[in-house]
Amino acid sequence: MKGSGLLRIYCVLGFIFLYAPILSLIIFSFNESKLVTVWGGFSTKWYGELFRDPQILGSAWISFQVAFVTATLAVILGTLAAYVLVRFGRFRGRALLTGMSTAPLVMPEVITGLSLLLLFVSMEQLIGWPAGRGKTTIIIAHVTFCMAYVAVVVQSRLAGLDRDLEEAAMDLGARPVRVFFDITIPVIAPALVAGWLLAFTLSLDDLVVASFVTGPGASTLPMVIFSKVRLGVSPDINALATIIIVVVAIAVGLATWYMRRSARNG
Amino acid sequence: MTGAIERFPPFRWTAAVLRRLGLGGRVLVVAVPFLWLLVFFLIPFLVVAKISLSEPAIAMPPYLPLVEWDGARALLTLNFENFAYLLSDPLYLNAYIFSIKVAFISAIIALLVGYPMAYYIARSPEPRRSLLLTLVILPFWTSFLLRVYAWQGFLRSNGVINNFLLGTGIIDQPLVMLQTDFAVYLGIVYTYLPFMILPLYANLVKLDESLLEASADLGGRPLVTFFHITLPLSMPGIIAGFMLVFVPAIGEFVIPELLGGPDTLMIGRVLWNEFFSNRDWPVASAVAIAMLIVLVVPIMILRSVQADKGEAA
Repeated sequence: MKGSGLLRIYCVLGFIFLYAPILSLIIFSFNESKLVTVWGGFSTKWYGELFRDPQILGSAWISFQVAFVTATLAVILGTLAAYVLVRFGRFRGRALLTGMSTAPLVMPEVITGLSLLLLFVSMEQLIGWPAGRGKTTIIIAHVTFCMAYVAVVVQSRLAGLDRDLEEAAMDLGARPVRVFFDITIPVIAPALVAGWLLAFTLSLDDLVVASFVTGPGASTLPMVIFSKVRLGVSPDINALATIIIVVVAIAVGLATWYMRRSARNG
Repeated sequence: MTGAIERFPPFRWTAAVLRRLGLGGRVLVVAVPFLWLLVFFLIPFLVVAKISLSEPAIAMPPYLPLVEWDGARALLTLNFENFAYLLSDPLYLNAYIFSIKVAFISAIIALLVGYPMAYYIARSPEPRRSLLLTLVILPFWTSFLLRVYAWQGFLRSNGVINNFLLGTGIIDQPLVMLQTDFAVYLGIVYTYLPFMILPLYANLVKLDESLLEASADLGGRPLVTFFHITLPLSMPGIIAGFMLVFVPAIGEFVIPELLGGPDTLMIGRVLWNEFFSNRDWPVASAVAIAMLIVLVVPIMILRSVQADKGEAA
C-alpha cells in the first residue's frame, strides 16, 4: 500500500503522544528530588511516604469498597437491562429503557452528580432516606452510570449469541430461569467479567460524581488526589500513579489472555 | 448450581407469591433495571428542573419550596429569576460559547489525530492489530485524573517539555503552556482520543476491501479512493467518535480546572463553582438545565447513528 510508511510514522507519533506522559509519571516516581521534573537520583522514598500516609490509605480503602460493590450491582442490573433489551422484543416502555440505559454514557459528570445529590436531598426530606450521605449514596450514583456501560458490553455479546443451546434446553423442558442461569450466564461470562472490570475501574476513577454525592468522612481516593494535585506538586502521587498503572497493565494483560483463551475454546 | 438456587426456600416462596399476584418473571426482570434508572436517572432531572425554578435561601437545603400550603390552598411560585440571571450576566453565556468552541475544536483535532491511527490499526495484520488496539484502550483503564496530572508535569514552566527545549537550546525562555487554553485543548484531545479511535476502528475494520481494489483497478489514485470511498463509508464512525468526544467535553470540569488558567471558564467548571463555592443550588440547577438543552441535539444525533448501526448489524 502506497503511503503506508507515512501512516506508520503517524501512528507511532500518536502512540508516543498517548504514552509519553504516563512514562514520565513512572520515571519521576523514582526521583530523589522533591521537584517532580528535575532528576535528583534514583530513590523509592516516595513509595515509603505513600504507604505511611493515612489519608491516602484510608481513602483508597473506601474507594476499593465502593468500586467492589458498585461493579457487582452494576453487572447484575446492567445484565438485566441488556437481556431485556435484546431478548424481550417489544414491550411498553422499551424506548424509555433504551434511552435511560444509553444516556448516562454521554451525560456530563457535573450534571449526573448535581442531579443525584438534589434527588438524595429531596428524598431525605420526603421519606427520611438516605439519612445523610456517604458510601451508600456514592455507590447508588456509581451503579447508575456504570450499569449503562455494562449494558452496552453485555448487549453486544448477547446480540451475537447463537440461541440454539437455549432453545434446546427449553425444548428439553427447562424453565426460563434455569436456562438463564445454566446456559446464558456461562456463555456470556466473558462479557460479564469485562463489564465488572469496566465498572470497577470507572467507579475507582470517578472524582466529579462522588464529590457531589458524598458526605463528611467519605473521601474517595480521587478526591484526595485532586486536593493534593490542586495544591501543587506531590511526588507521592507519582508513586501512586505508577502502582495503579502497573496493576492495570497486569489486569488488562490477564483479561486479554483469558478472553483469547475462552474465545479459542468456545 | 441453579437447581440449588431454585430449591432455596425464599426463592421458591417469592416466585410463588409473584405468580399468585400475576407478576410473571418477565415483568420482574423488566421492572428491576427500569425502576432503578427511573428513580436514579430520570427523576433526578425533574428534581433539578424543580430546584432551578425555586428561590435561593440561606438554609439547608439552600432553596425555598416551590409549593407552599397557606392553610386553604397550595401556592405554586415559579421563579424564573435564575434563568434571567444566567442571561443577564455575560459570564454564563461566554462560558457556554467557550465550552462549545473548545469541545468542537478538540473533537476536530481528535478526529484528525485518531482517524489515521484507527485506519492503520484496522489495516494491520492480526497479532499486531490486537496489540495496537489494546495499547489504545490501556490508557483508558488507568486513572483519568492521573493522566491529566501527568500533563501538568509535562507543561509547567520547569516541566519536561521546557527542560528538553531549554537543554537542547531551541528556546532560551521557558514557554508558558500550563494554565492556558492550549493546555485545555491538549488535555481534552489526549484523554478522549480512545473514544475517537474505537468507533472509527470498529467502522474501518468492516470496510469492504474489494471496493478499494475496484477503485484502484478503475485507475483511482489512493487519495481519490480515500475521499470517494473510504471517507463516505466511514461517516457513521466519524459521527459516533466526534459525538463521544464533543458531548462529554462540553461539561468537562477536571481538565479546565487543572490545566486551564483561572479565566478558562467552561460551563462544567461554572456549575461546580456555583455549587461548591457560592452554594447557590438554584443557579447551579439552572446552569445544568441550560447545559442539557444544549446537549439534547448532539445526543439525539449520536443515538440515531447508534440505532442505524444496531439495525445494520
